[in-house]
Amino acid sequence: MKNIEFRTATSAQGGLVVMGGVPGVAAGSRVQLRDHAGRIRSGLVIRAADDAVLVEVFEGTDELDLERTWVRFLDEPFKLPVSRDIMGRIFNGSGLPRDGRPPIVSADRRDVNGEPLNPAARAYPREFIQTGISAIDGMNSLTRGQKLPIFSGGGLPHNRVAAQIVRQAKLLGEEAAEFVVVFAAFGASHADARFFQESFEESGVLNKVVMFLNLADEPVIERLLTPRAALTAAEYLAFDLDYHVLVVMTDMTAYAEALREVAVLRGDVPARKGYPGYLYSDLAEIYERAGRIKNRRGSITMIPVLSMPSDDITHPIPDLTGYITEGQIVLGRELANQGVYPPVTVLPSLSRLMKDGVGKNFTREDHPHVASQLFASYAKALEVRGLAAIIGAEELSDADRRTLEFADAFERRFIGQGEDEDRSIHETLNLAWDLLSMLPAESLIRVSEDELAKYHKGAEA
Amino acid sequence: MGAILEINGPLVKLELPQTVIGEQVRVGRMGLVGEVIGRDGDTALAQLYEDTAGLRPGEEAEGLGWPLSVELGPGLLGAIFDGVQRPLQAVREQSGDRIARGVAVPSLPRDKAWHFVPDPTRQAGGMLTGGDVLGSVQETESILHRILTPPLIQGELLELAPEGDYTLDEAIGRVKLADGRIEKLHLFHRWPVRTPRPFKQRDHAVAPLITGQRILDTFYPLLKGGKAAIPGPFGAGKTMLQQQIARWCNAEIVIYVGCGERGNELTDVLEFMPELKDPHTGRPLMERTLLVANTSNMPVVAREASIYVGITLAEYFRDQGYDVVMVADSTSRWAEALREVAGRLGQMPVEEGYPAYLGSRLAAFYERAGRVETFAGDHGSVTLIGAVSPPGGDFSEPVTSHTKEIIQTFWALSKELADARHYPAVDWLESFSGYVKSAAKWWAETVDPNWESARAEALDLLAASEELQRIVNLVGVEALSSEQRWTLEAAGLIKEGLLQQSATDDVDSFASPEKQYALLAALLDIYRHGMRLVKLGAPARRLIQLPLLAQARRWKSQHGSDDLAALKAKIAAIPDSFEPLIQEYTVPLSTLREATP
Ligand SMILES: Nc1ncnc2c1ncn2[C@@H]1O[C@H](COP(=O)(O)OP(=O)(O)OP(=O)(O)O)[C@@H](O)[C@H]1O
Ligand SMILES: [Mg+2]
Repeated sequence: MKNIEFRTATSAQGGLVVMGGVPGVAAGSRVQLRDHAGRIRSGLVIRAADDAVLVEVFEGTDELDLERTWVRFLDEPFKLPVSRDIMGRIFNGSGLPRDGRPPIVSADRRDVNGEPLNPAARAYPREFIQTGISAIDGMNSLTRGQKLPIFSGGGLPHNRVAAQIVRQAKLLGEEAAEFVVVFAAFGASHADARFFQESFEESGVLNKVVMFLNLADEPVIERLLTPRAALTAAEYLAFDLDYHVLVVMTDMTAYAEALREVAVLRGDVPARKGYPGYLYSDLAEIYERAGRIKNRRGSITMIPVLSMPSDDITHPIPDLTGYITEGQIVLGRELANQGVYPPVTVLPSLSRLMKDGVGKNFTREDHPHVASQLFASYAKALEVRGLAAIIGAEELSDADRRTLEFADAFERRFIGQGEDEDRSIHETLNLAWDLLSMLPAESLIRVSEDELAKYHKGAEA
Repeated sequence: MGAILEINGPLVKLELPQTVIGEQVRVGRMGLVGEVIGRDGDTALAQLYEDTAGLRPGEEAEGLGWPLSVELGPGLLGAIFDGVQRPLQAVREQSGDRIARGVAVPSLPRDKAWHFVPDPTRQAGGMLTGGDVLGSVQETESILHRILTPPLIQGELLELAPEGDYTLDEAIGRVKLADGRIEKLHLFHRWPVRTPRPFKQRDHAVAPLITGQRILDTFYPLLKGGKAAIPGPFGAGKTMLQQQIARWCNAEIVIYVGCGERGNELTDVLEFMPELKDPHTGRPLMERTLLVANTSNMPVVAREASIYVGITLAEYFRDQGYDVVMVADSTSRWAEALREVAGRLGQMPVEEGYPAYLGSRLAAFYERAGRVETFAGDHGSVTLIGAVSPPGGDFSEPVTSHTKEIIQTFWALSKELADARHYPAVDWLESFSGYVKSAAKWWAETVDPNWESARAEALDLLAASEELQRIVNLVGVEALSSEQRWTLEAAGLIKEGLLQQSATDDVDSFASPEKQYALLAALLDIYRHGMRLVKLGAPARRLIQLPLLAQARRWKSQHGSDDLAALKAKIAAIPDSFEPLIQEYTVPLSTLREATP
C-alpha cells in the first residue's frame, strides 16, 4: 500500500481531504500528498472507511487541485527517528531538520503519540529542583518530574522567566545544571525563538538542547504534532539515555487554538468557547508525558508556557491546563507594571508536589511552614491594602501599617529579584525570615514556636 | 464473525448481526475490546476501551456474548485496576512501563491459592440463594473476604468443598438450579457493571462517616451510605480531601477511583497507603483499599466505564456486610467522556455540549450508594463521594448543578480560601449537609449531648462575622462596636484554630470526634468569656491582646487525638486567662452595695 499513489480525492476544504475508494487504510496512519506543483504535503488519516477516508493535511489544503493530487498512505503513524545525534539540533514541528544539517538517520523511529504510562510504573516526583527564583523555590517549588506551567499574558516576561529557570535549574548539592533541554515552540514569533536560542547559547547549553520550532507563520495543523514530536525526543533522552530532561513548551494557547481550528473543520461538537470537549484529554496526553518511572534514572520535568487570553485564568486553556498540571506559576500584570521581575502573583500560584519535596530531608525543616506563613501573611496583607485604599492609610492601626510595609517589602525584595540573580534555597528562606520578622511573632501561627525562636528576629520571639 | 466498516476516533462501525447493546466486542488484529452502544440493522456501533489507531476497515470483529463485567473475589484488595478492571501491576509485568494495547490479563490472579473456610451452616442438600455466604477467605489481616453465592442463583447446594487452599479456577461447590442445570461455584463470580447488584432492602443510614476532618465531621457530616460531592476549581483541594478521607475514614473498605485525573496522584496513593496505618485497626491502609485508575492520558471510553467498575466493586463488599466508601475523582471527567461519545454519535447536545441524559445518568449512578440489608441478613453500606471539577470554577455548570440536586452533602471548595492557603478550603457558607439531624443523635450519644447546639453556635458566629467583614471592608474596623469586634476576632479564632486543618500536619491530619468536639467547645468557651467581658465594658482591643488567642490557635497541632488529657488541661485553664480582666471590669460587690440607697 505504501507505494501506491491514489488520485481519488473527492473534496478538500480547510485542511481536510476526503479520499474515495481506498480500502483497508489504517486509522491514524500517515499520508503523503503530492500536489500539481510537485510539492509534498503530509497528513494523517482521522477517519477510515472503505468508501471514504478523511485526511487531515498539515500544510493545509490551499491550492489543492483534486484532479492533480496524488496521495500515498504510508501505513504507519507519525514517527520520529531518534538517536544521540538529536542533541544540539533544530527541527521543524514535524521533526524535520530546519538547521540546514542532514536529517537524523536511525532505525529507531518512534510513534510520536507515545503510549500511556502505566500508573503502577510511575515513581512519585520528590526531588527539589532549585531554580534560584525565590517566588518559585520558596513558595511554589518545582520537583524533578513535575509539570509546572507558567500562566502569563501578552507582554509579560514569561520567556525571560522560563529562560532563567533553564539557566539556573539544579538539584541541591549539584554544582552545575545537569539537565538537557527539549524546547518546543508552536505559533511563536521569530523574535521569541531567537530569544531562546540566544539565551541557550549564552549559558553555553546549546549543545544540550533539542529544538522543535513551528513559528507563527508556519502551518497551523503542524502545531498539533510539534509538542508530540518534542516529547518523543524527551522520552528517548530521559528513559533510554538516562538524562534529566527539562521540557519548555511555548505557547500552549497557540496549540489549543490550532486544535480548535481543526475541530471546527471536522464538525466536532464544541464545549466551551468553541473548544472541543476533548481539549482536556488532548492536553492531558501531552502534559502527562512528564514524570519519572520506577527503576529508571532519567526524568521529564515540564514547563509549558501559556498566555491567558485577556488575562483570564478561567478561560478554557489555562483552566483545563490547571486541572491537569501539578500547579501553576502565575505571572501578573500589576506586579509587572510596578517593575517587579519576575512578576509572580503568588496567591493563585501553586505547586502541588511541593509538599512532598521540601522540608527536613530535602531543603530545610522550616521550609513548608515558612511557605505557608508567607502565603497567609501576604494574603492578610493584601486585605489590609484593599482596606487602606478605601479608608486611607492614615486610618490604619499601627499593626495594619506594619502589615502594609511587609507586603511592599515582600513584593520588592522577595518576589523581585534580578534576572541573573541565582538565590540558593537558604538565601531564599533567610530572606523570608527577614521579612516575616517585620511582623509580630504571635501573629505567625503557621510556623512552630521552635522555628520562631530560632529564626524570628523580633523582640517578642 | 463480523468486520470493521469504519473507524472514527474511539468509535467503530461494525458489521455484526445479532449483537445486543452493551455486548462486549473484540475488534481487529490487535484484539481491542469495547462495547456495543448502538445498532442499525446488521451494523453496530461500538466504543473501544483502547486507542483505535492502526485499525483498518475490513478487519475482523466478534461479539463476546456478555456485557462489561468485573471479577469479584479474593485478590481485589490492595490491587490497582484500570477502567475496565485490568490489573495494572500484572499488565506492567506483561507489557512494560507503558500500557500496550490488546493486553489480555485476567483481573484476578489465577495462580494464587486462597485458604477457604466453608461456612459451617452450609450443608449439602440445603437451599442456596444469591448473596448467601458460602464461606470465607482471610484475604488480608484486617479483611475477611466472604465468599458469596452469585446473585440470581437459586437452588440446592449439592456439594461444598472442605476447608483448604483453592485457586480461582477450582470449583468449591456445585448447586442444582430450579431448572435442573448444575452450576459450579468458585471463589469468585462475575457481575455486569452497569447493573446495580441486588440486595434484600434499603435501610436507613444511621452512623456518621468519621473522616477525622473537622469541617466535614463537625460541620457538614456525611452518613455511612450517604452521597456527597466535592466541587471546586483546580487546585482547591478536591483530591487532597478525598485522599484524606481514604486515609482516615472509619469505613472498612475504601475504593479509590481516579477517573481522568493525574497519574502521579495514583502513584502517590500507591506509595503512601502501604506505609500508613488504619487509625481504627492499626493495619496498613492498603489492606482495605483498592484502586481503579483511568488517568487522563488513558483512553476516554474506559474512563466512562471506570466509575461503574468502581461502584460494582463497592457493592460487592457491601454485600459481604461491610461499610464501603468509594471516592471518585473526578465525576466531571466521567461526564466529559459521556459527552465526547455523545458528540461523536451526533446526539443533540443540550447544555455545554452535554447530552440530555447527563442528569439521569448521574442520578442513577449516585443511587447505587446507600445502606442496605444484604441477602445474608447483614448490613452493609456504600458511601459515595464524588469530586466535581467545574470549568472555570463555575458551580452553575451542568455537572455541578445536576450533582447538587442529587447528593445530600455538599462540600464546596472555594478558590479564595485555597489561594490564602486555608485548607481544607471547604466554604462554610456554601456547603450543606442534609444529615445533621441523624449525625446529631450519634454525636450526642457518643461524644457530647451539646454537639448540635455548639455546632449551630459556631456556624452562627461564622455567618455573623461574614456580615461584619462586609462592613469592615467598606468603612474600616473602627466603625464596629466592641461586641462586633470581638465577634470578628472569635470567628477568626474558629477559622484558624478549628476549621483549618492541614493534611500535612502529622499531629492534626486526623482528629478524633473527641478532639474535634473538645476544640469546638474550647473555642466557643473563649468566645463566651470574652463576650461577657465586653458586655461588662471591656474594650475588644484589650481582649484581642490576650496571649490566649494565639495559643489557642496552636492547640490543634500541639495535641493529637491520643493526647487529649493535655489539651483538656489547657481548656480547663481558659478562665484563668480572663481572670485579671474580669477582676478589673467587675464592679466589686461591696461598691455596688454602697451605691444602692
Ligand atoms: N487539606 C489540605 N491540607 C494541606 N494542603 C492542602 C489540602 N488541600 C489542598 N492542599 C494543597 O493544595 C494543593 C492542591 O490540592 P488538590 O490537588 O487536592 O486540588 P484539586 O482540587 O484536586 O485540583 P484539580 O482539580 O486540579 O485536581 C495540594 O497539592 C496541597 O498543596
Ligand atoms: Mg485533583
